[in-house]
Amino acid sequence: MTTTIDASPAVPALGEGPRAARRSIDGPVLSGGLTAILGAIGLALGLSVIFGEPRQLRIGWLLPLVGVRLDLDPLGGVFIATTGAVAIAVGIYAVGYANREHWARFPLITLPLFVAGMLLVPAAGSVTTFLLAWELMAATSLILVLSEHRRDAVRTAGVFYAIMTQLGFVAILVALVVLSASGSGDAFTTIAANADSLTPGTRNAVFLLTVLGFGSKAGLLPLHAWLPKAHPEAPSPVSALMSAAMVNVGIYGIIRIDLQLLGPGPHWWGLTLMIFGAVSAVFGVLQASVSTDLKQLLAYSTTENMGLITLALGAASLLTSSSAPTVAAIALTAALLHLLSHAAFKTLGFLAAGSVLAATGLRDLDKLGGLARRMPVTTVMFGIAALGASGLPLGAGFVSEWLLLQSLIHAPHDSITLVALAMPLSVGAVALTTGLGIAAMVKAFGVGFLARPRSAAAEAAREAPKSMLAGMTLAAAACVVFAVAPAFFSPTLQRVLAVLPTVGGDSAGPKIDTILRLPGVAGSISPGLLAVALIIAILLALALARWGRRHRPPLAVTPLWACGADSLSPRMQYTATSFAEPLQRVFDDILRPDTNVEVTHFAESQYLVERVTYRTLMADPVEQRFYLPVVRAVTTWAQLVRRAHTGSVHLYLAYGAAGLLIVLLVAR
Amino acid sequence: MSALAVAAAALQVVGVLAGAPLVVGGMRQVRARLEGRAGGGIGQPWRDLRKQLRKQQITPRGTTVVFALAPAVVAGSTLLIAAIVPLIALGSPLDSVADLFGVVGLLFLGTVALTLAGIDTGTAFGGMGSSREITIAALVEPTILLAVFALSVPGESANLAAIVSATANNPEQLVSPGSLLAFVALAIVIIAETGRLPVDNPSTHLELTMIHEAMVLEYAGPKLALVEWASGMRLTVLLALVANLFMPWGIAGADPSLLAVLVGLVAITVKVVVLAGLLAAGEVFIAKLRLFRVPELLAGSFLLALLAVTASYFLGTPTS
Repeated sequence: MTTTIDASPAVPALGEGPRAARRSIDGPVLSGGLTAILGAIGLALGLSVIFGEPRQLRIGWLLPLVGVRLDLDPLGGVFIATTGAVAIAVGIYAVGYANREHWARFPLITLPLFVAGMLLVPAAGSVTTFLLAWELMAATSLILVLSEHRRDAVRTAGVFYAIMTQLGFVAILVALVVLSASGSGDAFTTIAANADSLTPGTRNAVFLLTVLGFGSKAGLLPLHAWLPKAHPEAPSPVSALMSAAMVNVGIYGIIRIDLQLLGPGPHWWGLTLMIFGAVSAVFGVLQASVSTDLKQLLAYSTTENMGLITLALGAASLLTSSSAPTVAAIALTAALLHLLSHAAFKTLGFLAAGSVLAATGLRDLDKLGGLARRMPVTTVMFGIAALGASGLPLGAGFVSEWLLLQSLIHAPHDSITLVALAMPLSVGAVALTTGLGIAAMVKAFGVGFLARPRSAAAEAAREAPKSMLAGMTLAAAACVVFAVAPAFFSPTLQRVLAVLPTVGGDSAGPKIDTILRLPGVAGSISPGLLAVALIIAILLALALARWGRRHRPPLAVTPLWACGADSLSPRMQYTATSFAEPLQRVFDDILRPDTNVEVTHFAESQYLVERVTYRTLMADPVEQRFYLPVVRAVTTWAQLVRRAHTGSVHLYLAYGAAGLLIVLLVAR
Repeated sequence: MSALAVAAAALQVVGVLAGAPLVVGGMRQVRARLEGRAGGGIGQPWRDLRKQLRKQQITPRGTTVVFALAPAVVAGSTLLIAAIVPLIALGSPLDSVADLFGVVGLLFLGTVALTLAGIDTGTAFGGMGSSREITIAALVEPTILLAVFALSVPGESANLAAIVSATANNPEQLVSPGSLLAFVALAIVIIAETGRLPVDNPSTHLELTMIHEAMVLEYAGPKLALVEWASGMRLTVLLALVANLFMPWGIAGADPSLLAVLVGLVAITVKVVVLAGLLAAGEVFIAKLRLFRVPELLAGSFLLALLAVTASYFLGTPTS
């Protein structure tokens, strides 16, 4: 928290104009511009490290005793570059968004700081620097989540986020301190050099603690509960940064500590990651498919995608420990590529959702609709993002999901039984995830943007300002590159794989070219050629439909068929709730929706219905079962402890004296 | 890749284009005869297409480009699948462009396009059909991918030519438990994906039960023709694909001769006719399932696919 208090005197330094009228114009430009510039620096630095020499930076005076230590290598570089790229798009977008939403001074100052924190974490070369940067990131993101703190939902989300992110921090802190103490050093390089001398007990303890800590940041089950609350309630540019860049840092921690410093671990490490990943992916996508809140849907989709990435990392770890390095390299490539493409399409998704929110004030899909005519650019943008998130061909997520599936099906089947059992189940989980992901994204795009507006606010929507569109266009361009030319990222991935010697780095990763061929196993795909072929095929189909047009009367625009009634009202359309109802019914046992149907009959006859009330509440079942008991227990304890707090100063002095006596007795 | 291999791929596309209405007509005719009706004849779907293509183009008020383009996307993706999969010959020039996962992705791309078109109309029927269709698609996808996995184990690749040639070289694999289970699982999901009984009734127009027809209710004239044509092509391609995945006999090699291509064409025609006839005859004896019973059927097929994978993993002998 100290960071933010230190930051507040820096207001004039950031160039906030003295007059209120000027600030409302300059503030967003400065804040967004600074964010974008920081992002550009991050991107350039990340790329220079990936393709150049590793860099080191020591600032001794900044921290007492240990100093700040920054070590940049290709692994950190790829995360820095990703965060930087996201920040560029978000920064440009934030100019228009902050202006339109009249952001206060505090979030404007915090936004660049948050980006700086996220850029520092992967650059950290020592435990102390890492923890410091981590806390900078956590604290600034909390402030940003609380930007609209006057709303109740935001405050609840803020409390949830604050507690969970700090608990996660405690887990990471303990793990890294243990690691640092037994690895006899603060710097990661020292720890890596001494990693072999660690006892299995220490390694396992550090592994479990870091998976919990980093997993909670990445939104993995069961520590995901803050994510679908905090990400939707934050202002949309912040949601984009959190969902596309901050969750990646959790994955970075797992890769850096568990796979690089401590790896390769025993079989159960990989298996643990796979289980965490698969459960998170399926649960996340299931919640997304029944969610009716546009931003919450995207947030659950983040849990899903982080789950898929963790699953891929777990598969890589398991395959390495079962001596199948070639396939492990494919799994690792899948994880990294999915991380990158997720960053692209999730940025775009949240930015487009932000445009909708800014234009209509609505996140509720049940009240949206008809935006395709009113906000055509935003609609196209969200369409690109949704296609990416659904993992279909021509979408940004297709190639990485394909790589993941290939790595799972090419696991050696003459190896241990564990692999033979884990891989089919993982394919099942991934397959269910993609299937439900398609349903979730069709719902988000179809119900939210197509058809007719379901409320007056959606009816009055206007297209977003230019800077917001520019930010989205950048993210969309990245999505298209991921979809049709993933070969563009091939050199980057090769360089990163090369610095991960413990996870299949010995063997070359998949050769991502125009035609993507897998090493050592038979399998190939070409997303670019597939896109070209599909466009040709669609043109062919259109040409076929022209057959017989000489006989046709001229084109007519007619009303929709209304079953013989006068006209259709927008209320007759399917809403997001009704659209997802069949899925909700199928997965009733897992989702446990709280539905209530009240039928009021006419007094004269019970066969005639006067009114039907339908109410459904989708609460997160994990939260209900796992968190509420804990919260209740803590509250009970607090009530007990409260009895000792009577408000009497004499009593408190007595406590102090007794405490001191006990300490003296024990210390003696 | 020889010129004949390219020609064979082109022949596959043309064959599917021309043959799909005949397959649909044939299935309707089999059903009609078994039910004691005269039937419209095998050529009726072709006559319907010709009639609809000459009708007026109609744009329902308020629909967007999604509605206008969806039929072309469905038809286009199906045509592309027809060019990729080995129906007549193995050496399709597009074989390395998309494997079986890619083909499944293309299939779902078409489904999604039509689903979005259904929502785009903004009518209750459109939304209802779309909601049901996407629910079924979401449950079908896991089974298809698992079945693909089971099939890719013997050939150690998910590329279609590799799978088909592995089966052709080792026909005894077909009677392995993994292969049989995968066949049943795939058959169920293909019935679901093409909207046949007992999942959906292609000839119903009863609001409460229809899925595919509800989604395309607003289409008329040339666009409806394209939708119907595409759904016929999907059925044909999938039947042909299943036929070749499990009964690859007669298919021409990667570098075929003219005779081999002709033999392949005859072989695939016979296989599709037999499969379509069996499917149509089977449909006479079953009724449509209640909508909320369908997930149970699909869960069953998912379990079969999972068993198929496990069986091929534990019982399968690596070919290499």
